Amino acid sequence: MTVLYFARLRQSLGLAIERIDLPAEAASVGALRERLRGRGGAWTEELAPDRAICVAVNQEMAEPGLALHDGDEVAFFPPVTGG
Amino acid sequence: MDEIRVQREDFDAGREIARLRAGNPRIGAIASFIGVVRDVNDGDTVAELCLEHYPGMTEKALAKIVEEARGRWDFIDTLVIHRIGTMRPTDQIVLVVVTSAHRGEAFAACEFLMDYLKTRAPFWKKESTPEGERWVEARSSDDAAAARWTERA
Repeated sequence: MTVLYFARLRQSLGLAIERIDLPAEAASVGALRERLRGRGGAWTEELAPDRAICVAVNQEMAEPGLALHDGDEVAFFPPVTGG
Repeated sequence: MDEIRVQREDFDAGREIARLRAGNPRIGAIASFIGVVRDVNDGDTVAELCLEHYPGMTEKALAKIVEEARGRWDFIDTLVIHRIGTMRPTDQIVLVVVTSAHRGEAFAACEFLMDYLKTRAPFWKKESTPEGERWVEARSSDDAAAARWTERA
């Protein structure tokens, strides 16, 4: 699984892309967020439940309950501010 | 025809509109919107704006927004150009053009496309101010503007 980070998240986490082997216990969007939050430091702060963070799976907006599969492209980013 | 472009280069709205409507006598109305970089945001002077996006998803999200507009109004063409990279105050950021037989569809679809683009297309702005760089926070007024279309549906 490929995980991407954009904008403020990319900057504060210091990471744009990583590959993660999908563990069975993190097989949903919400569970993956929880797992990443457990890394401590900026991860814990940025991915805290009260932070408005959007998640896209395979380039479509996704809800926390969505199941993840090997090979998925998952992206974490702040609410969008284009236009 | 629907056309979506994400590009670093500036655009010429006059030229784009002329190209869209060339030789199409069905077009009776053209509505357009241009978003421009302001020199002040949230009370601070903005020297530069840097626009980042999610390549791939941006184009898909914009196509989906146009498709949704097609389900609501009967218009002829849409054109969406969104710039990325570094821009300065007075620079153009975004262009939306809708052509239709009558003005009602063009006006409504153009506003809808902008409201949805602002809340659903993965673009992010970072501003350079005298206090340093900062990521622009999403505005609840933009969410409210997009939500109006759900209520109207």
